[in-house]
Amino acid sequence: MKKTKYPLIELKEVWKTYYIGKVSLDVLKGVDLVINKGEFVVIVGPSGSGKSTMMNQVGVLDVPTSGTINLNGVDISTLTESDLAQLRGKTIGFVFQQFNLIPTLTALENVTLPTIFQNVPELERLGKAKELLQMVDLGDRMNHKPNELSGGQQQRVAIARALVNDPEIILADEPTGNLDSKSGQQVMDFLANLHTKEGKTIILVTHDLELVRYAQKVVYLKDGEVVKIKKNHRG
Amino acid sequence: MIKDYFKIPAKEIRRRKLRSWLTLIGIFIGIAAIVSLITLGQGLENAIEKQFSALGKDKLFILPKGGFFGMGSSELLTEDDLELVQGTSGVKIATGLTQGFAKSEFNDLVHYGFISGISTDPEERALVWDAQTYGMAEGRLLRKGDKFKTILGYEYSLPNLFDKRVELGDKILLHNKEFKVVGFLEKIGSPPDDQAAIIPLDAYEEVFDSNNELNFIIAQTKLAEDPFLVAEDIEEELRDDHRLDEGEEDFEIQTPEQFAETFGVILDIVQIVLIGIAGIALLVGGIGIMNTMFTAVLQRTKEIGIMKAIGARNSHILYLFLVESGLYGILGGLIGVTLGIGFAKLTEFAFVQAVGPAFLVITIDWVLIIGTLIFSFLIGVLSGIAPARRASKLNPVDSLRYE
Repeated sequence: MKKTKYPLIELKEVWKTYYIGKVSLDVLKGVDLVINKGEFVVIVGPSGSGKSTMMNQVGVLDVPTSGTINLNGVDISTLTESDLAQLRGKTIGFVFQQFNLIPTLTALENVTLPTIFQNVPELERLGKAKELLQMVDLGDRMNHKPNELSGGQQQRVAIARALVNDPEIILADEPTGNLDSKSGQQVMDFLANLHTKEGKTIILVTHDLELVRYAQKVVYLKDGEVVKIKKNHRG
Repeated sequence: MIKDYFKIPAKEIRRRKLRSWLTLIGIFIGIAAIVSLITLGQGLENAIEKQFSALGKDKLFILPKGGFFGMGSSELLTEDDLELVQGTSGVKIATGLTQGFAKSEFNDLVHYGFISGISTDPEERALVWDAQTYGMAEGRLLRKGDKFKTILGYEYSLPNLFDKRVELGDKILLHNKEFKVVGFLEKIGSPPDDQAAIIPLDAYEEVFDSNNELNFIIAQTKLAEDPFLVAEDIEEELRDDHRLDEGEEDFEIQTPEQFAETFGVILDIVQIVLIGIAGIALLVGGIGIMNTMFTAVLQRTKEIGIMKAIGARNSHILYLFLVESGLYGILGGLIGVTLGIGFAKLTEFAFVQAVGPAFLVITIDWVLIIGTLIFSFLIGVLSGIAPARRASKLNPVDSLRYE
C-alpha cells in the first residue's frame, strides 16, 4: 500500500534561495515536512514568512535550490519539467487566491481544461466537469465566462477545476483571501467536505489564523523555517 | 483532443478582434497578390497560346533580328529577301509587310498611330488577314489597282479619335497624303491594332519613301511540309544571300509556337518579379504574426502559468501557440485567396468589357488554392515558432506571479 510505504509529500532539508543581482536571499531554510494521505494541513505564517515559496515547493511548481521533495515516493528532481507538469496535473488540484481562471473560456471549459492536458476522452471529461459544477452549485452557470461570475462563483469553478482529474491533493493558496466572509465560508465548507467525505488530502496555505481550526496538522512558518507543527483534533 | 488545440486558440483570436484583423491584413495582402498574379498570369498565357494557335502552325514570320514587328531594329528586310523566301521550296506563298508610326488627320484633328502597307494581291492579302486575324466590319477589302485607298481600324468608326466617326468614302490624311476610306476592320481588342490604318504597299512606299524595305515577311508553308524544316531552308538561303555565317544572322524566323513561347517567357519573368514582391509582402506579414504572437505571450504569461500549474506540459503550450499563429496564417490565406480570385475575376470582367469575351478566361485552380492555404498555414506556424517556444519555456511560478 502506497500509504504505508511512504508519505504523500515529503520535504527534506529544503532550501530555496533567490538571487537578486549579487545578493542572495534564503526564503526557505532547510524545511522538513511530511504530509500523509488524507490529512488536512494548514500552513500558516505572516507575510514574508516564505508561505508562497513553500506552496510552490509543496505543489511541485518549482524545484528547491537544495534538499529533496518526494511526491508519492518519487524524487521530483529526477523528473523532466514536462513530466513534472503531467504528474502535478494528475496528483494536485490548485485553488488560488486570484481564482486564476482562463478569461476566454466558459466555466465548463475552464473545468475541463486540466483533463485536456491528461488526454481524457471528451465525453468522459464533459460528464465529470458538469457533475462537479453541479456539486459546487453552478449547474446553471456552466456557459458563463469568468467575468460574468461573482468572486465566490469563480472560486467554486476553480474548486471544480481542481477536482476534475480526481487528484489526491487539493492545494489551496489563500482561497478565501479575495472573498467576502459568506463566500469564504462556502469555499471552506467545500474544502472541509472534500476532506471528510472524499478523503482528499487538503493543504491550505494562509496567513489567516482563523482557518487553523479546520486543520488536523498546522505548520507554523516564520522567516523561512518551520517553527512549530501542531496536531489538531477537530470537533 | 486535436479539436481542443484549435478551439482554445480560436477563442484567443476572437478575443482581440482589432489586433487579429491587423495581423491578418499583413498576410492576406501578400496572399491575394500572389493568387491573383498566378491566376491572371495563367489566364494570359492560355490566352496568348490560343491566339497564336489560331494563326495556324503553317505560318512563318521572318523578322529583322532584335526587333518585334520591325521596332527597334536597324536592318530591315527588303523586297529581295521576300523574293528569296517566295522562291524557297516548301513555301506555298509569302508576303511582305511594312509598318510605320505616323500622323493621320481628319476633321482638322490629328492622331498618331500605326500605318501598315500590305500587298493587294488577293492571295497575299488573304495570308495577311489570316496571320493577323483581321476581319472586316464594313466596306470592302483592298484589291489590285487600289492605291490611295485605306482600310481603317475599328476605333476610326467611333467618334473617339476625331470627335466624329470616319465614314466609308471619307477622305483622311495619312502622313500628309489623302486616302479614301474603303473599309473598317472588326474590333481586335488592342488599341494599337484598333487605331491602325492599312494601305497598299505601293502607296506606303511612295508616301514613306521606304525604299523597298519590309518590316516583316509572312510565309505559309505547303501542306505536307514541316514548318521547322522550311524555316531552316529559308534561314540558309537568307544567310547565304546576306553573306553571313551561322549564328550571325541579322534576321530571325519564328513560328507561331515560338511567338507564344517568347511571350510566355516574358510573362514568366514579369510574373516572377511581381510574385517576388508579393513574397516580400508575405514575409512582412509573417513578421506581423510573429510580433502579435510575442505580444500574446507577454499578455498571457499568467494564463500560461495557470495552464502549467494545472498540468500543461511544455509541448501543450507550444502547440496552443503554434496553432494560434497557424490559424492567423490560414485565415489570412482564406481571405487572401478569396480576394485574389475576386480580383482576377474582376480583371477578366474588365477584359470582357474592353476586348470581348473569350480572350482572357480565368480558371480557378484548386491545386493553387489548396497549396496556397497550406503555404499560408505554414507561414503562420513558422512565424509562431519563436514566440511559442518562449511561451512553452516560461517558468510556472514566475508566470503565475506575473500581472
